[in-house]
Amino acid sequence: MSFPDAARIALGDSQLRANLRKATHTIRDKRARVVAEVDDWEALREAGRAIKERTMRHLDVHLEALERSVYDRGGVVHWARDGDEANAIVARLVREAGSSEVVKVKSMATDEIGLNDALAASGITAHETDLAELIVQLSHDRPSHILVPAIHRNRSEIRDLFRRTLPGTESLSDDPAALTDAARRYLRERFLAARVGVSGANFAVAETGTVCVVESEGNGRMCTTLPETLITVMGIEKVLPRLDDLAVMLQLLPRSSTGERMNPYTSLWSGVRPGDGPRAFHLVLLDNGRTKVLADQVGRQALHCIRCSACLNVCPVYERTGGHAYGSTYPGPIGAILTPQLRGLESGTSLPWASSLCGACGDVCPVKIEIPRLLIHLRGRITAEGGAPRSERLAMGAVARVFASRRRYEAAQKAARIGTGPLRAASWFGPLAGWTRSRELPEPPAQTFREWWRSRS
Amino acid sequence: MAVEARFAEHTRVGVRDHVLVEGGRRLGLGLGGADQAARSGHDEEAQRRAGRWNDLPHAAMRVALFITCLADTLFPDAGRATVELLERLGHEVVFPEEQTCCGQMHANTGYRQEAIPLVRRFVRAFGEAEAEAIVAPSGSCAAMIHDQYGVLARESGDPGLVRAVSEVAPRVYELSQFLVGELGVEDVGAYFPHRVTYHPTCHSLRLLRVGDAPLRLLRAVRGIDLVELPEADTCCGFGGTFAVKNADTSTAMLADKMRAVLDTGAEICTAGDSSCLMHIGGGLARQRAGVRTLHLAQILASTEDALA
Repeated sequence: MSFPDAARIALGDSQLRANLRKATHTIRDKRARVVAEVDDWEALREAGRAIKERTMRHLDVHLEALERSVYDRGGVVHWARDGDEANAIVARLVREAGSSEVVKVKSMATDEIGLNDALAASGITAHETDLAELIVQLSHDRPSHILVPAIHRNRSEIRDLFRRTLPGTESLSDDPAALTDAARRYLRERFLAARVGVSGANFAVAETGTVCVVESEGNGRMCTTLPETLITVMGIEKVLPRLDDLAVMLQLLPRSSTGERMNPYTSLWSGVRPGDGPRAFHLVLLDNGRTKVLADQVGRQALHCIRCSACLNVCPVYERTGGHAYGSTYPGPIGAILTPQLRGLESGTSLPWASSLCGACGDVCPVKIEIPRLLIHLRGRITAEGGAPRSERLAMGAVARVFASRRRYEAAQKAARIGTGPLRAASWFGPLAGWTRSRELPEPPAQTFREWWRSRS
Repeated sequence: MAVEARFAEHTRVGVRDHVLVEGGRRLGLGLGGADQAARSGHDEEAQRRAGRWNDLPHAAMRVALFITCLADTLFPDAGRATVELLERLGHEVVFPEEQTCCGQMHANTGYRQEAIPLVRRFVRAFGEAEAEAIVAPSGSCAAMIHDQYGVLARESGDPGLVRAVSEVAPRVYELSQFLVGELGVEDVGAYFPHRVTYHPTCHSLRLLRVGDAPLRLLRAVRGIDLVELPEADTCCGFGGTFAVKNADTSTAMLADKMRAVLDTGAEICTAGDSSCLMHIGGGLARQRAGVRTLHLAQILASTEDALA
């Protein structure tokens, strides 16, 4: 479904809009407060941008360095060209560990490749352990936000869901503490029983082979330390060359994402060590379209994303449509530039147009991704490759020819005044029906500006 | 931040001196050593003497009006007001009649190839105008020149066009940016006895970074009752072709903007872009809300003798 069609459905849900407005404004305001505390925020952003740009330039070198470091510390590295390969690797590793269940840390990469469904097809049950991901999983829903996947749900909806799906919660209230407690009790059993944990990675350091996961609830710490086997699926763009680079990223990420000075749990592990944590560690390096994105020197900035979701929280489009309308793991402005590139621009996407180009996203991005510029760039690429509707192409061509000649332009202005000419019909804004559904058209004035100018001199 | 502020200050002083020197030269005023010393920035006494010229109407500039196709065709009053305002402040306004559209609609919708001839047309028309400044009653169209002309020119593969853009683009200003940032004027002598709220348009705010320049101008208007717009810096939902390609989302954004405007109790909603005002005004008219939209230039051009 195209974005405009999906958005129309979402816009009709007033409960959804109220939930989204409250949630995005709360996080947005928190972020603004904690960012304002940092004197050198702009310098930090610039440092983050520079690290990412430099890393992308030699991504192959850093990935091979990461592979060596992980092996040196007793881990195993797997390379997956696409989601199917990655899913097959994980399923095989779980079977080899002799398990039919895994506990999962919230992860965008595994959502992108549909790991849970793929594991289910192999007879393996995946338990999401992040509270919001659990809510999404229990309700057979899809995440609608990078950081807060159940942002579209309010607490009375969650109470009803828990009462239906969690044993012993028939008299549960919608008090947030009570809801959390119910989830805790349910999840505790999963943690203690699990023999395999699956995580994503916020960062991985090439020089030390260290994987880093940041989270708020402690479920990630459980999943990465209790099971005997730990499998991490990581997009290849997450590698950082040096441990020092983490110092920059770990300042940028929590303030931009949850609006906290520091997130409650930051887990770092490097391979395995006897008597402490998992006995086996596997790192799955996922391409799934990323090397293709890297080939576009403008578009590759989308790979700099550290998944903070600040751009979602300030986006006036996301605030009204929610994440599902984007039809992807990655919603909001970053999704509008990342999803079409990962899937391929020929996939007939309308996502790069799902923005008014207001620029709020670019201003908050902690690694200074020029999101509006990339949106325009991708619109250009898709249109040049014949991806725009024929009627639009013809109309835009006709208007361009009018603007290319002063004589035709002035004739069109006159025609617009009469109300029958091509300018008013084809118009500046294409099909006028979309406009007039909610807005009056301006009446053409008796005199254009240039007619007044000439009459004056 | 402090360094950037100082840099901006320095640049502004530089342009003002340029105005001073050029204006003085045209009027045959020998400014001699004073302006030279002022420009070097060391001689405080010379700076003070040179600064006095700022108060005189002699600092006249030759300004080319970049009307924008939208104002030319549908909102000529915004253009007329811009001309009247600049002339009242003592500047010479010229209008290069070869200008049509800057190409923003094409470039932003994805029609890069169609936009390139319009870039060529723009730099030719305004290059020939030989004006010290090119001023538009639009943040969005001015931002188009700064933000995208360089990229489009490079995409065209024509080094001549790249050069022409680099000569013309730095002289392009949005109106409030030009008045406050370049001329250093805040009180333009306007009189407008109405309750007004101001919507800062996205491209003026986040591409041109005009900051509070429009509000400084409005605060200095006599008789005005200026009321703050809640959540002012949220997009109104226009977004060019976004308004029709994503009409439902655009309309939802517009609804929130209109509610904010109505909450202020203002008679008039003003902004620096006719396009956003066409969208907001079109929605208000559909609702018969009784609130008018008016371009910032029209408020600034109003005097006790001639109200907009």
